[in-house]
Amino acid sequence: MIETDEHRLFRSSLRELFEREIQPHVDEWERAGTFPAHELFPKLGAVGLLGLEYGEAYGGMGADHSFTVVAGEELGKIDCGGVPMAIAVQMAMATPALHRYGSEDLKARYLAPAIRGEMVASIAVTEADAGSDVAGIRTRAVRDGDEWVINGSKLYITNGTQADWLCLLARTGDGGGHRDMSLIVVPTSLPGVEVSRKLEKLGMWSSDTAELSFTDVRVPVANTIGEIGRGFQQQMVQFQAERLITVYRHIGSIEQAIDRTREYLSERRAFGKPLLANQHIQFTMAELSARHDMLRHYAYAAAAGVDRGEDVTRFATIGKLIGARLQREVADTCLQFHGGIGYMAEHWTSRFYRDTRLDSIGAGADEIMLRILARMDRFSPT
Amino acid sequence: MNVVVCVKQIPDPAAPSSLDPTTHNLVRTGKLILDDSDSYGVEMALQLAGQVEGSEVTLVSMAPGGEVSGLRTALAMGAAKAILVSDDALAGSDALGTAKVLAAAIRRAQPDLVLAATESTDGYTGTLPVQVAELLGMPSVTFAKSVAVEGSKVVVERQTEAGYDEVECPLPAVVTVTAGVVEPRYPSFKGIMAAKSKPVDTLTISDLGIDPSEVGATGARQGIVQVAEAEARSAGEKVVDEGDGAQRIVAFLEQIKVI
Ligand SMILES: Cc1cc2nc3c(=O)[nH]c(=O)nc-3n(C[C@H](O)[C@H](O)[C@H](O)COP(=O)(O)OP(=O)(O)OC[C@H]3O[C@@H](n4cnc5c(N)ncnc54)[C@H](O)[C@@H]3O)c2cc1C
Repeated sequence: MIETDEHRLFRSSLRELFEREIQPHVDEWERAGTFPAHELFPKLGAVGLLGLEYGEAYGGMGADHSFTVVAGEELGKIDCGGVPMAIAVQMAMATPALHRYGSEDLKARYLAPAIRGEMVASIAVTEADAGSDVAGIRTRAVRDGDEWVINGSKLYITNGTQADWLCLLARTGDGGGHRDMSLIVVPTSLPGVEVSRKLEKLGMWSSDTAELSFTDVRVPVANTIGEIGRGFQQQMVQFQAERLITVYRHIGSIEQAIDRTREYLSERRAFGKPLLANQHIQFTMAELSARHDMLRHYAYAAAAGVDRGEDVTRFATIGKLIGARLQREVADTCLQFHGGIGYMAEHWTSRFYRDTRLDSIGAGADEIMLRILARMDRFSPT
Repeated sequence: MNVVVCVKQIPDPAAPSSLDPTTHNLVRTGKLILDDSDSYGVEMALQLAGQVEGSEVTLVSMAPGGEVSGLRTALAMGAAKAILVSDDALAGSDALGTAKVLAAAIRRAQPDLVLAATESTDGYTGTLPVQVAELLGMPSVTFAKSVAVEGSKVVVERQTEAGYDEVECPLPAVVTVTAGVVEPRYPSFKGIMAAKSKPVDTLTISDLGIDPSEVGATGARQGIVQVAEAEARSAGEKVVDEGDGAQRIVAFLEQIKVI
């Protein structure tokens, strides 16, 4: 990836925005178990962050993918995982399918306000009985004239307590398996949409996670994103954007963790010398740094592939797998080398340790990435 | 309305800085950035220009090596164009020398209003804007915490130790703004892309008709004679609260005559 003056300027603008509008509130939001998306998102919309690669017709920036890389890296440096994840949902998890497959009318009503940050969006796929196995979802939309009547529930939905609309995956036919599912824009103000629970979590506290229920929710069939019955396939494409931005966030978060740990280790003394004077620590950190470097360049290669219009499934899958694992290892090692302070709730290392656990589960568990790769590389019998 | 904003491009304050061992001047090699204290003037200018149809914001800067990085930031915020004065003969200029150059450049933009920060973050002399005003023959109002243009005059709330003064002054005028005047916007993606093609008029001192002997190290009437390490701060006094913390802090503040 070639970093131009425009990339640098965009990076510094985001850095300043996050520094002033997010960082001072992170501790409070973490304690509150949520953050004010409707206050924050318009500020992000104003700089173009929420519609970077989207068409200008909907208020998007028409930027190339490299700016999403910059945004992801800077998001990763925010002092918690929760708020960046919530922003990433709006940027790259709940909206890509609507942009790519949605009707002009749907885009005008739901995508454009999401890009401006006026509406908050969620992606609602996972259910109590179906997470990794997306084809197992049971939430059903039954057609009644020009309307869908939706019944079912969704679990672990990020931004779920404050979303204005959901990109909902539901069964719209009896075909079973991968067929007969559709993505539907469901406004949460409709009768029958309820937040049944706000969930408590190991980490990512500042991001609200909800269980949602749907009882005879009536939505126009015109709210279907793209083709009826193609929801599964469209969601698989949408997952690519989700996995890619996850990797870009890892690049930023790992870089920052390594930098902060280096600084601490050069000051903290034990046995008459800085901790950093121990070769074991030097080598461990150097190796993490090396692997981070490889991840960065792998991610840049992925981004270049996106800009060339190539299929980047392999890149997104490997990047997400290796990035999530490296981030966990970095969090563990940085905490370890900080000793007691590293374990304290007040210290960044403990939040980072808790938050990073998620990325090996969300956006497709590590094993799901391996499953995709095993098939791709013919390690599974056909 | 033509609004000119004086913007300084300075070494990144977050990066380690150094002084030239012989001249004691700040080393300005490497990339420069927009002085944060100038972002308030830029924002104020954009807001004022937004209120009067057909207004335009022009940036004026003097910097070595044709540096435009900081200008690009201000252009990305929304300024229309920039005038940059860059000339090897300007190295070592003092505040007055800089003021002469900026005044000559500002004159070209035929301003109705000139905004500047109260002082730069790297030099801190705080004398330049009033010198510019004097050279332009304009009135100056300093330390503005709010600025409004009403017809042919500017109305300013001028920050004082006790509160603020309300000052009116005819245009054209030079006004220096404090960091509290407005919240600077963050350059948007659109703004950043648009800034790429905005004009930056790069001038030398001969373009401005300035005699080299009046500026730079040769023209400087001010020099840095000596630099010394800042005295290390003493440790201070720790007050352990044993229920009487408030009284003891009050007593301490009275003792040092703060209250
Ligand atoms: C904080 C948080 C936020 C979330 N946000 C959202 C959201 O906004 N929207 C949304 O739709 N979902 C969201 N999710 C759900 C997330 O995507 C799922 O939890 C994830 O896909 C795993 O699904 P599951 O929990 O049902 O686990 P399961 O599918 O039950 O899998 C359990 C474990 O089994 C293993 N496993 C599964 N399949 C295989 C296999 N084939 N081979 C080997 N091992 C396997 C994996 O280790 C996996 O972690 C969120 C989850 C969390 C925790």
